[in-house]
Amino acid sequence: MATIAAEPRADRRRAAFVRSAAARIGMLVLVLAVLWGFWEGYRWLWIREGWTWPFVVDSTTMPHIHDILAALFRKPTSGTGDILLVQLLHATWFTAKEALVGFALGATFGFLLGVALSEWRLLQRGLLPYVVSSQTVPILAVAPIVVVYLGSLHVAPWFSVAVIASYLTFFPVTINTLRGLQSTDRRALELMRSYAAGRVSVLWKLRIPAALPYIFSALKVSATASIVGAIIGEAPSSIQEGLGGFIVNFNQYYSLNPENLWATNLMAALLGIAFFVAVVIVETIVVRRAPENVA
Amino acid sequence: MSVVEIKDVGKTFEGGTTALEGIELAIGEREFVSLIGPSGCGKSTLLRIVGDLIRPTAGTVRVNGKPAPQARADRDYGIVFQDAVLYDWRTVARNISLPLELARWNRRRRTGRVQEMLRLVELGGFESHYPWQLSGGMQQRVSIARALSFDPALLLMDEPFGALDEMTRERMNLELLRIWEASGSTIVFVTHSIAEAVFLSTRVVVMSPRPGRISDVIEIDLQQPRTAATREEPRFFELVTRVREALHLGSDLDRKLAAPAAEAQP
Ligand SMILES: Nc1ncnc2c1ncn2[C@@H]1O[C@H](COP(=O)(O)OP(=O)(O)OP(=O)(O)O)[C@@H](O)[C@H]1O
Ligand SMILES: [Mg+2]
Repeated sequence: MATIAAEPRADRRRAAFVRSAAARIGMLVLVLAVLWGFWEGYRWLWIREGWTWPFVVDSTTMPHIHDILAALFRKPTSGTGDILLVQLLHATWFTAKEALVGFALGATFGFLLGVALSEWRLLQRGLLPYVVSSQTVPILAVAPIVVVYLGSLHVAPWFSVAVIASYLTFFPVTINTLRGLQSTDRRALELMRSYAAGRVSVLWKLRIPAALPYIFSALKVSATASIVGAIIGEAPSSIQEGLGGFIVNFNQYYSLNPENLWATNLMAALLGIAFFVAVVIVETIVVRRAPENVA
Repeated sequence: MSVVEIKDVGKTFEGGTTALEGIELAIGEREFVSLIGPSGCGKSTLLRIVGDLIRPTAGTVRVNGKPAPQARADRDYGIVFQDAVLYDWRTVARNISLPLELARWNRRRRTGRVQEMLRLVELGGFESHYPWQLSGGMQQRVSIARALSFDPALLLMDEPFGALDEMTRERMNLELLRIWEASGSTIVFVTHSIAEAVFLSTRVVVMSPRPGRISDVIEIDLQQPRTAATREEPRFFELVTRVREALHLGSDLDRKLAAPAAEAQP
């Protein structure tokens, strides 16, 4: 009997899933179309009216979207070998690896630091100001130091880049972990006390699971920050294979082939979205909590 | 031997609020004692002192013959709060097994006990639901199952049914009595409802506020086991009236209402 009842429900659930997926894809297409329309419309209007504020619009400052897409399927003028898309995919993959390692390092370090700061008040008072001020030092100033220092230890250059990326990653994770761990429900803590639970148990079975939503919102920020860190870190490391290398290169030839730089930016953006979505997927699997509308 | 022995307990909070003063109470094995009194008279405070969740500023509390902190360390009591306080990220089964995990029971023993508890609170089939998928009454039953899972000698309950509607509440009362009989534990129960206190208890402790004191202790000699019909017995109404009068005697407001003339005179 149960199976009879379950079957149509499973069917209905699948239908609902397909419908919501279709709605999402439709929405995505619509958003892209609107963005495309804005870009081309703005371009058209500014060129027709000859407006120069805030900047002169021409094929250098705002190439056509279709030109950018077309550039992906041409060999870049300066280079030899594969079409731009293939080259960029290699570069994206290269940068993704740096960013992923940087993200993992930064998230782990950030989480552990957050736990340490929350468990030891004294440490928090002593260390937190430095953690905060670390983020006021621009990444562009930190990157060369990391490269020189790690280079003298004969560490592979891509790993230096990962460390630079982790520098941008750890901070939001630390702050949110700390906040999450300290906002544990008071009665939930009393319950643990009534069981005479040790500090590690309280941390592991209560504080950390309760902090997960906070931690994940930080990871979403960090996931994209790690890509920015990796791209910026490639320049002082003189890495040519990554997106950062391509950006520096195409930047020099911007007036000749602006489409190339735009195409590279597009790939960087797609990589960022992929990282973000990956975190969201892990979040839906890991975080079990009441839907917002349930008290 | 008393399960709970409260001797001359007082509690003054840091702010200077004296929540309790001169509390004397001994609770025997298998008793069901209700604490009743107006809001703010220190019922929760007293319960939390017994559970060593806070320390008294005067007097001593012994549970199972041991000082309260020792009893807490030995996990001698289970506690049920006014809200269920379930962990959202744990299923019903894993919420119930939380104290068992902390007491380092092995997985097989835990699973067996959780099943037993689910049957006891009539939640079989809900083990893999999450708390937010349950009604308030079901959540409260999970929290009772969790408190009972490790077989504590003493169960401390702070207005566990406060948030429920009257019908659910009466049903939960009957279930609680059934559980009490089956488990053989001693219960200290805080409530605002006179009828609930009389229906459930073997003894009702009436408290008065500012500072919180015990103003009366009333033996409830209704026949055991109690059923829905108990609520219709004349003796039930007599006892309800007894408790109500005791409550009103202990309250400042009623004292003033009873003697308005005396108040008016300079
Ligand atoms: N942590 C605290 N700090 C200061 N005062 C407190 C604290 N907890 C309770 N009190 C005070 O102690 C008194 C008794 O509080 P308690 O919570 O024990 O009352 P109660 O009888 O449980 O009331 P209710 O029926 O409304 O739950 C109140 O006056 C309250 O303001
Ligand atoms: Mg209370």
